[in-house]
Amino acid sequence: MTVAAFAFYMFSIVAVAAGLFVVTAKNPVHSVLWLILAFLSSAGLFVLLGAEFVAMLLIIVYVGAVAVLFLFVVMMLDVDFAELKAEMSKYMPLALLIGVILLMQFFMVLGVWHASDAAEGLRQAVTPDLGQVQNTKALGLLLYDKYVFLFMISALILLVAMIGAIVLTMRHRKSVKRQNVLHQMWRDPAAAMELHDVKPGQGL
Amino acid sequence: MISGDFNLVLPEVIIALYAMAALMFGVYTGKDLVAAKINTATALVFVAVAVWIGFGPGGAHTAFGGLFINDAFARFAKVTVLLSGAAVLLVGQEYMVKRDMLRFEYPVLVALSVVGMMIMVSAGDLMALYMGLELQSLALYVLASFRRDNEKSTEAGMKYFVLGALSSGLLLYGASLTYGFAGTTLFSGIIQTVHAGQMSMGLLFGLVFLISGMAFKVSAVPFHMWTPDVYEGSPTPVTAFFATAPKVAAMAMIARVVVGAFGTAPGDWGQIIALLSVASMYLGAVAAIGQKDIKRLMAYSSISHMGFAMMGLAAGTAGGIKAMLIYMAIYVTMNVGTFAFILSMEKDGQPVTEIAALKMYSKRAPLKALALLVLMFSLAGVPPMLGFFGKFYVLQAAVDANMTWLAILGAVASVIGAFYYLRIVFYMYFGEDAEGVDAGGMGAVAWTFLMVSAVVMVLGIVNMFGVEALAQAAAVALVH
Repeated sequence: MTVAAFAFYMFSIVAVAAGLFVVTAKNPVHSVLWLILAFLSSAGLFVLLGAEFVAMLLIIVYVGAVAVLFLFVVMMLDVDFAELKAEMSKYMPLALLIGVILLMQFFMVLGVWHASDAAEGLRQAVTPDLGQVQNTKALGLLLYDKYVFLFMISALILLVAMIGAIVLTMRHRKSVKRQNVLHQMWRDPAAAMELHDVKPGQGL
Repeated sequence: MISGDFNLVLPEVIIALYAMAALMFGVYTGKDLVAAKINTATALVFVAVAVWIGFGPGGAHTAFGGLFINDAFARFAKVTVLLSGAAVLLVGQEYMVKRDMLRFEYPVLVALSVVGMMIMVSAGDLMALYMGLELQSLALYVLASFRRDNEKSTEAGMKYFVLGALSSGLLLYGASLTYGFAGTTLFSGIIQTVHAGQMSMGLLFGLVFLISGMAFKVSAVPFHMWTPDVYEGSPTPVTAFFATAPKVAAMAMIARVVVGAFGTAPGDWGQIIALLSVASMYLGAVAAIGQKDIKRLMAYSSISHMGFAMMGLAAGTAGGIKAMLIYMAIYVTMNVGTFAFILSMEKDGQPVTEIAALKMYSKRAPLKALALLVLMFSLAGVPPMLGFFGKFYVLQAAVDANMTWLAILGAVASVIGAFYYLRIVFYMYFGEDAEGVDAGGMGAVAWTFLMVSAVVMVLGIVNMFGVEALAQAAAVALVH
């Protein structure tokens, strides 16, 4: 077994095992930590494929930003995960049955799997020749040139997500008093104060 | 290359830019105070773009290396989507203003989802298809839970979102299997590899997953579970939108994928679509019988109608695609009219959706009752109305494609389905007198749409306003 093959199996096994623990871990914080392990091993797989840039992105963006964000969200949410899990275990036998059947079908398909003769050539045709250009440049050429249309639609999708989040959650609280700087500066003691000459024994 | 490509997607670009401009305008001016203006403006932009696409240059062009196809088929679907979107925005405006629900994000989200639909029907690649679908769906999830202080509305949004995410997963899995076999996500590339060799088992598996994911979007049985709950829970104008534009876009998208990527020999996908079609027609017809809420009834009605539209698709011929397009155009027109009426159903100022509230409605508002009668007859497919011709075309396409069994099953389902439409008519004309829906409560816009839609159902039988020729051109563009 070559070093590359050994590394491949190590990373794959760790990725699958970590993925399993993400869904089975009792503590949601542990789930997120397992998720980080799954991301790291996937990054290793990408390095083996020669896609260093994607591997680094996975670590920087997913582990560094997304997973940490998850961690915060999980800690902030007041959700009783144990109760949710108890609910889930009710349906577990049925889910397992369906899962196993589906898995068997997948393996049956895998058994007779064959790609089209032209598939390998077509797969290579879209990517620039990696002997000529660098990894990152090749990615840029695909993302910002060949598939710029899709790139822009994804921007629109993010816009929809932003609008949606605001529409569904933002509330204008009337009771909150906000500071109005101009209003404060224009305040004038003559108008703000009223002097009364109160006669003794009379009151206002 | 790039500027030519962008010229081709200019309608989409314009609507997307309009949506962003409207968003900015809304945020920086009166917020929800200008919502009604933005709503009307959005509808006008839709109509303008629809006219532009409809009368613009013809021919079939591709852009961005085949990701985007602009042909007669895409244009037909886009015009239908845009016009129905505009109609729904206008019809729903009064309802939303009256109930203080209209917020300026509503037309913006509708516009963005319409951009998604336009990309879906023009997609020439599995990736473009998925991106368009997600853009459309994400906006629709938000619209479903637009009344966030209403429990049913939030539930509808949540259900739609979770099930929609599942169906997207199925679709992506199918797309990846297809890519694994063909080595490309372009429809034109997939069809070449399919024609070159034997249909691989893996590809068939991918096709099944793809169709399952897309069938969810048109709520075809057995992927229909979400429809009644989402239709019932969403605000009624949003329900009207769900029942029209997204259905047209999703049907066109399915046709594009199965015909464009998997060939005109429908042996492989024809039987899947035929099965979905039969199941949808029967479940829609039978399950609607027990419904007491008119929005749930319309949900089952739409399931049943999608079954009929799929029958045209199952035939797989140019005639079948033409029948499907005509069916969808008629279906959308009927639904706009029907929802214009449903939106105006109120009792003492409060909206009602019970069917029983329509008892003896003809005594209180004879003209509107007559219009609804025409629409119900048309939905049921009773001969003199346009709805009958929609059904007639799909049945004929099925017979022509040697699927007589499918046509017979469809005719029987149509008879079963007629029951619940006719029951509404029965309530309106012969039911016992009861306290019901007020005679008034309908704005001029909604009234106009109800009447126009009803008149179209009667007058359309003369020449269908030329839609048949357009649908024929569109179908020929898709099926070479």
